[in-house]
Amino acid sequence: MTHVLDPNALADTSGGAGTPPDPFADVTRSNDAFRAFLHGLPGVDQVGAEARAKVLGTRSIKTTAKAWAIDTAISMVDLTTLEGADTPGKVRSLAAKARRPDPTDPTCPAVAAVCVYGDLAGVAKEALAGTGINVAAVATAFPSGRASREVKLADVRDAVANGADEIDMVIDRGAFLTGRYLDVFEEIVAVKEACGPAHLKVILETGELVTLDAVRRASWLAMLAGGDFIKTSTGKVSPAATLPVCLVMLEAVRDFRAATGRQIGVKPAGGIRTTKDAVKHLVLINETVGADWLSPDWFRFGASSLLNDLLLQRQKLRTGHYSGPDHVSVD
Amino acid sequence: MSIFEYAPAPESRSIVDIRPSYGLFVDGEFADGTGTPFKTVNPATEEVLSEVATGSDADVDRAVRAARRAFTRVWGPMRPADRGKYLFRIARLLQERAREFAVLETLDNGKPIRESRDVDVPLAAAHFFYHAGWADKLEHAGLGPAPRPLGVAGQVIPWNFPLLMLAWKVAPALATGNTVVLKPAETTPLTALLFAEICQQADLPPGVVNIVTGAGETGRAVISHPDVDKVAFTGSTEVGRAIARAVAGTEKRLTLELGGKAANIVFDDAPIDEAVEGIVRGIFFNQGHVCCAGSRLLVQESVHDDVVASLQRRIGTLRVGDPMDKNTDLGAINSAEQLARIRDLTAYGETEGATCWQPEGDLPDRGFWFKPTVFTDVSPAHRIARDEVFGPVLSVMTFRTPDEAVAKANNSTYGLSAGVWSEKGSRILKITDQLRAGVVWANTFNELDPTSPFGGYKQSGYGREGGRQGLSAYLRSDF
Repeated sequence: MTHVLDPNALADTSGGAGTPPDPFADVTRSNDAFRAFLHGLPGVDQVGAEARAKVLGTRSIKTTAKAWAIDTAISMVDLTTLEGADTPGKVRSLAAKARRPDPTDPTCPAVAAVCVYGDLAGVAKEALAGTGINVAAVATAFPSGRASREVKLADVRDAVANGADEIDMVIDRGAFLTGRYLDVFEEIVAVKEACGPAHLKVILETGELVTLDAVRRASWLAMLAGGDFIKTSTGKVSPAATLPVCLVMLEAVRDFRAATGRQIGVKPAGGIRTTKDAVKHLVLINETVGADWLSPDWFRFGASSLLNDLLLQRQKLRTGHYSGPDHVSVD
Repeated sequence: MSIFEYAPAPESRSIVDIRPSYGLFVDGEFADGTGTPFKTVNPATEEVLSEVATGSDADVDRAVRAARRAFTRVWGPMRPADRGKYLFRIARLLQERAREFAVLETLDNGKPIRESRDVDVPLAAAHFFYHAGWADKLEHAGLGPAPRPLGVAGQVIPWNFPLLMLAWKVAPALATGNTVVLKPAETTPLTALLFAEICQQADLPPGVVNIVTGAGETGRAVISHPDVDKVAFTGSTEVGRAIARAVAGTEKRLTLELGGKAANIVFDDAPIDEAVEGIVRGIFFNQGHVCCAGSRLLVQESVHDDVVASLQRRIGTLRVGDPMDKNTDLGAINSAEQLARIRDLTAYGETEGATCWQPEGDLPDRGFWFKPTVFTDVSPAHRIARDEVFGPVLSVMTFRTPDEAVAKANNSTYGLSAGVWSEKGSRILKITDQLRAGVVWANTFNELDPTSPFGGYKQSGYGREGGRQGLSAYLRSDF
């Protein structure tokens, strides 16, 4: 909904780097103006949003639709490892899985990207060379984001230099929750600039924002600042991705495109472990924003264990029987 | 055609065993009726499901005598806690056989299986559980120190929520110690007859619940039988008036739950996305065959265009079709008669100058269908703004100030329900207080619960069903 987003209500002037797209070019001219804009977005009724997500969760996706959904979900996975114990060997093994998720079935699609810490982006890049699978790197003092802006930007530049095609940054939740929206905005603008050609995913860490009103505001903030994707979570905070949160973010990208013509992607991450969860998200896309977002260019799952469940369900559809966890590879 | 088309996901009907013919359920047993039997059809396919007996005056008399006997000898004198046990048993059996009831309800009524499965049947069970709990606590209901049952209740219910309306009627009547003669609607008798099997399964004493099927004549016999102490009716205002006339001057107690033309008021500070969901739920739930449906949308002028655009986009995603498909949102219209009435009233809407909008898409060839429909540019003087359509047809009007919203909302001969959408709590409290409607929802719609009394102002009827208040309709506390 865009009815309260009349930019004419909010004076003029602006310009330079980090200017939001029309018709919102001037909403960031001061923190007060930006606050007025974000707080003027229509509220989200939590009970209603949860009820809507729940009803969509009852959709029954069977046979051909299920087969399509599983392959689409596999192609949307950002196969992720974000552990202190990560090693080049672990990343190479993950990359191998990303290329051929099901070694017994060449028709199984590859995943969208492999997501690692920035220092291992180079290893991932090398292992994925020539595959078309992107390397995503988390940066900006992931997951807490508690570092100076210089350190965060250096983190980003380092990951990009190591070959990252996509940067997953975290927003400064402390600044957001204290109402310093312009600081958050400017940081995203700076990170976007540091990304160069790399795509920028902005992690809102919705588990720390807590309310759906805050999720809607943070989504708009990140889109106005130039993020290419908005992403729910780091996976390090619980709750991570939930259907109501994803619903609100999808509504945000839908309304943002209607107002500006720019399409932004959405990435729920963390907590999506089963095929059922993934299919529910695809249903949510289908019935909220429509088919335009049903592609890895516009929707990703940040996940690790999800892929194996998708593969098991895929085998089940193909063979008619369930196989055990030893029929898919450990990461 | 989307790239993500949902494959058909039909619920299996094999769980239900529909008999080729059904008799009346009187005194604990199924017996042939003496009237001319009628056929009940699946409105989604026009397939004949079964042939059902018609109760004649003599049959109704037999049923009332059985109910009187059961009241005097068994159910009335029974320890209240034991009556409660029977109700708990019925509630559990409804849950155990929930899928069977859901499938049968969808086949006979045309409503989506998602709704019969997730709303009708669970709520029906909830009504029995709720009233089971009251059975031995009636002296604490605030209706005097020793409230007593009335006797035999004659109950006539509609076709829009066949099993749920049965539960609304039967559960409080039994919990308060009354016995029942119930007439289901002639287009949807099957779940009531399956409920009769539940009564047998629960070992409910014979005569406590009697189910007499038939059309208007049978209903008239039930409500006008001289040995009926209490009449409860849910249905159209027109029939309700006739019943009030028939009961006038007798000792019979009467509750009527009739039509509605609810206002759903959306203020400019509403949570718009959820309000749109609520509007859809308000008018398209159960194909709009809902007496409390939010059929008049009142939108603040400043957000009218946005709300209507969002609403149309959302309606475009509604899945209309086979009610047995688990993904269907909007099922079949219950009968050819109702479809004709909906067509008639919407035709009026267009001739009166309102703008009609319907989404793209085809309807099934067989069966009774009507597309979700939105009328804009509606004036409060139009018939589609005043008459109950009882179908998936929404009339959109605007207002400028809260006072105007209240005035327009209350400008109706009905007063069953209303809705208010706003993020401002103080506004919600102020507006709901001024709305003359029995149920007012805030930031939600069509939310029903056995603990909450339901009933109307003005021509929407009198008396309340559900909650503590609903008990008083079945109790004598005046001495």
